[in-house]
Amino acid sequence: MTEANSLWPLLSTDSWANSLWPLLSIVLPIALIVGLLMLGVAYLTFFERKIIAAIQLRKGPNVVGPFGLFQPLADGLKLLLKETVIPAWANRGVFILAPLLTFTLAIMAWAVIPFDEGWVIANINVGILYLFAISSAGVYGIIMAGWASNSKYAFLGGLRSAAQMVSYEVSIGFVLVTVLMSAGTLNLSGIVNAQEKGIWYIVPHFPMFVVFFISALAETNRAPFDLPEAESELVAGYNVEYSAMTFGMFFLGEYANMILMSALGAILFLGGWLPPVNVVPFTIVPGALWFFVKIVVLLFVFLWVRATFPRYRYDQLMRLGWKIFLPISLSWVVLTAGVLVAFDFLPRG
Amino acid sequence: MAFLDRTARVILLIELVKGMTLTFRYMFKKKVTINYPFEKGPLSPRFRGEHALRRYTNGEERCIACKLCEAICPSQAITIEANPRADGSRRTTKYDIDMTKCIYCGYCQEACPVDAIVEGQNFEFSAETREELMYDKEKLLENGDRWEAALATCISLDAPYR
Repeated sequence: MTEANSLWPLLSTDSWANSLWPLLSIVLPIALIVGLLMLGVAYLTFFERKIIAAIQLRKGPNVVGPFGLFQPLADGLKLLLKETVIPAWANRGVFILAPLLTFTLAIMAWAVIPFDEGWVIANINVGILYLFAISSAGVYGIIMAGWASNSKYAFLGGLRSAAQMVSYEVSIGFVLVTVLMSAGTLNLSGIVNAQEKGIWYIVPHFPMFVVFFISALAETNRAPFDLPEAESELVAGYNVEYSAMTFGMFFLGEYANMILMSALGAILFLGGWLPPVNVVPFTIVPGALWFFVKIVVLLFVFLWVRATFPRYRYDQLMRLGWKIFLPISLSWVVLTAGVLVAFDFLPRG
Repeated sequence: MAFLDRTARVILLIELVKGMTLTFRYMFKKKVTINYPFEKGPLSPRFRGEHALRRYTNGEERCIACKLCEAICPSQAITIEANPRADGSRRTTKYDIDMTKCIYCGYCQEACPVDAIVEGQNFEFSAETREELMYDKEKLLENGDRWEAALATCISLDAPYR
């Protein structure tokens, strides 16, 4: 028996409790979230195609599997099996690194998202700051892709994307400031708990919710702000030279960012995992499910907007970001601060 | 007043909301697409699809090798050679249509005095090789035998308008 224990030290109860279990308890939730996220992205593409098809009076994918439900799997398999083409004059290292960076950052951000009371991997006190830092770093993946491709379309797309994301981050920043002034904390779970005691922030901060949502569209390069990928001008923008799984990484990253922005919107304005009314039929439903429902509703609006509005012109985009959203969100910050101080609503930590 | 009205519309995003309501209502409308290979749209009796050479009910081929179709064909897709048959009647020995040249204008069936060459309702005759689209007399007669019922119906339906 002693020999068996020395051969399999991992199986002894002692090392299980001391080293293996703590490791697993960290790795398993991460694997679970990443797995669910990838599944979510796959079915978000399906959802998107079905919704847009319905709005355009088409049927959408309906051949692969029942109601076309296996379509995303088939698409994923196709991307995996195709050849990764690297352009002759591309900067190989940076070219490969760019999609990896975009993808990794899109997944990293999920570490601080609380799915339910206490269901969060890293419950850090600067959750919003972390998210903001990660989404700012996301611009690098796109700039690197645009530059490393050595193609004029990719380069222009990358520049546009960078300028756009930087511009709209400013107004998103002010929106976040209003919310965290009302909540009195930078911790995402804390923000949801503050809404439990008070009221969902969509009610007092409705204009900020609209600004946040529209900025989120611009931040994730979604229609009507999909200028970086404007087909009619730039072919496909910064990812024009990418193929197979390098393209797939960008795609996964972009859609994961969409889900992330929806999750952030749900946490900041729609009370995260909280049920809409605190009475019996609603409180039975688990919080994670409420969170999921709120994310899906916001994602639906993402797709709905895409199917409704034509693309913005570049100068209109910049005008909206700097001359409309920035003053509105800035004055709302001042107004919120004034109201909080004047009526003594300041949250006391 | 007009200024106030316009400003209010912009601030309340009236136009955006209107547009989104419209698209939302469209989402529940009946779909206009059909499940193509399983469901097919309606075709006019005048539809000009794949060619066929017809026969009389006694089995005699209609074509008398007048070569009017060959002459009128704008893309010169039709090639005909003719000789008297053993019974002395003039018949084609060769009737080829290059389907890759054909523009489906329907002049051949307009020109035909005996309704021999016609364009039928079939449009699903894509092939994997170019050679398969070089139709000869045998293939055209076979088409005629295969589609005769549909061809006769279409011709009689369209007859009042000719």
